[in-house]
Amino acid sequence: MTPLLQVNQLVKRYGGLVATDDVSLALQPGELHAIIGPNGAGKTTLIGQLAGELRPDSGSIRFDGHDITALPTFGRALRGLARSFQITSVFPEFTVLENVALAMQAHRGHSFGFWTPVLRQAELVEPARAAIQLAGLHHRSDAPVAELAHGERRQLEMAMVLVAQPKLLLLDEPMAGMSHQESGKVVELLSSLKGRYTILLIEHDMDAVFALADRISVLVNGRLVASDTPAAIRANAQVRIAYLGDEELPA
Amino acid sequence: MKPWRISQSVATAIVLLLVLLPLYARLAGEPFALTFGSRVLVFALAAVSLNLVLGYGGMVSFGHALYLGLGAYGVGILAHHGVHNGWLQLGVTILTCAIVGALTGLVSLRTTGIAFIMITLAFAQMFYYLFVSLKQYGGDDGLSIANRSDFGLFTLGSPITLYYTALLLVLAALLATHRLVHARFGMVLRGCQVNERRMKALGFSTLRYKLSAYTLSSVLCGLAGLLYGNLTGFAAPAYMAWTLSGELIVIVVLGGMGTVFGPLVGAIVLLISEELLKALTDHWMMILGPLIVLAALTARRGVYGYLLDWDAWRAQQRRAGKGAAP
Repeated sequence: MTPLLQVNQLVKRYGGLVATDDVSLALQPGELHAIIGPNGAGKTTLIGQLAGELRPDSGSIRFDGHDITALPTFGRALRGLARSFQITSVFPEFTVLENVALAMQAHRGHSFGFWTPVLRQAELVEPARAAIQLAGLHHRSDAPVAELAHGERRQLEMAMVLVAQPKLLLLDEPMAGMSHQESGKVVELLSSLKGRYTILLIEHDMDAVFALADRISVLVNGRLVASDTPAAIRANAQVRIAYLGDEELPA
Repeated sequence: MKPWRISQSVATAIVLLLVLLPLYARLAGEPFALTFGSRVLVFALAAVSLNLVLGYGGMVSFGHALYLGLGAYGVGILAHHGVHNGWLQLGVTILTCAIVGALTGLVSLRTTGIAFIMITLAFAQMFYYLFVSLKQYGGDDGLSIANRSDFGLFTLGSPITLYYTALLLVLAALLATHRLVHARFGMVLRGCQVNERRMKALGFSTLRYKLSAYTLSSVLCGLAGLLYGNLTGFAAPAYMAWTLSGELIVIVVLGGMGTVFGPLVGAIVLLISEELLKALTDHWMMILGPLIVLAALTARRGVYGYLLDWDAWRAQQRRAGKGAAP
């Protein structure tokens, strides 16, 4: 099977610091692949390059059969690469429904519509409602985002990523700052998406990662030190030393 | 029954008064009221255009007077060469403003924040000195417009026609803004204001939309300039001065940026205060300045934004009351 995402020898330097050091990675369609690593390992830099916000110094990225290394961010999004942000970045003055409809709008032709209200366009509102339902926020559809709790905003972020049915989800710490109960909901959502979507997950919550991932890659100082099944990662001595230290791994 | 809203009542009252103003000017025998009203409407139209980029797109253009000047010169230069056809002047103004807007926008929109402010200011100053150097069109002194724009069916030479044309354009621009901000284009523009990075990640080519908004705004401001030239019978480099760009920003901020009706309210409040204070003292700027500061500090969303917030607060109170009642 050809991989959906193929990263070849990606390198990104900031002065003397090598933030991404010769990273190669392949994601099979339908796979949930997690990237873990200590703070400062270069996880967000890597996602930035995959999403198109950062240009790698060398290496290439292939997505869905095309070389997208030089494609701008919006072009990648239109090809089906959807990204969620570590710091919730939704639009606070819009309602939940307006946020998700806006995410849909990018994928439904041009946005040079000057007259008809967005909320009267079924081709935007219907998929938006479906995605909100999927993310478990349907009871809050018409609430302004400013009134949402932190966990609900993270759910909204997921709805915005899912609405256009992307081919690949890049999820940058979708559970950041969530309570145990709230992150439980996201784990539930992600496991319901498993198999239907290809997902690259960056997450600090080890319980979640080991419960969800098909494969786990470990990033340390910009290098991939291991990439394997959760069981093998747990048993990997090098990973223990380099990253996990004395931390107890979840059984 | 729909609850009564203060903001809507104020807006309706303002529109009614504006419609009736010429009648008052005639009955009271005060032609100055009509000229003053036209001036308010011209500035309101320019402010509506600025509000589109400043209030909804987060683009602080400090050079919008450029387009006001281009519109006035569109009338002035053509009239100077004996072309009084209003439609032709309109066409030339729209085309010029669209081209200048698109080109300067393309350069300045590569930047944001302070850099954007400085570049828009620089472009406006460039054109200011360009027109100062055009001696055949009066240079520094400007160009007087003896014959006003003639649209065949009507001519802007009549003060009352000019007034109602301006009023009609302002109302049309307000309606268009009202529709636009909830339509696809407006949602993208507002999204860019809050978080452009996120908009790109969602798949929007943001520059395309910001540039379109900036160009649209330039053309609308050019229309205000065309009216301004007809109102004053004059086109001068002073119409492009940065002080005038600043005044437009003050109008938008004072009225309420990012509110549909705010620019009109801002123009009314600022120009009336100016007139009243001028009658009071020669040092009117000394009083107006602090008043603007006070307004900016107390009503952060402007005068009209304050009314909207008040309505929102009352609606919330009602909801809370209902919730509490069983």
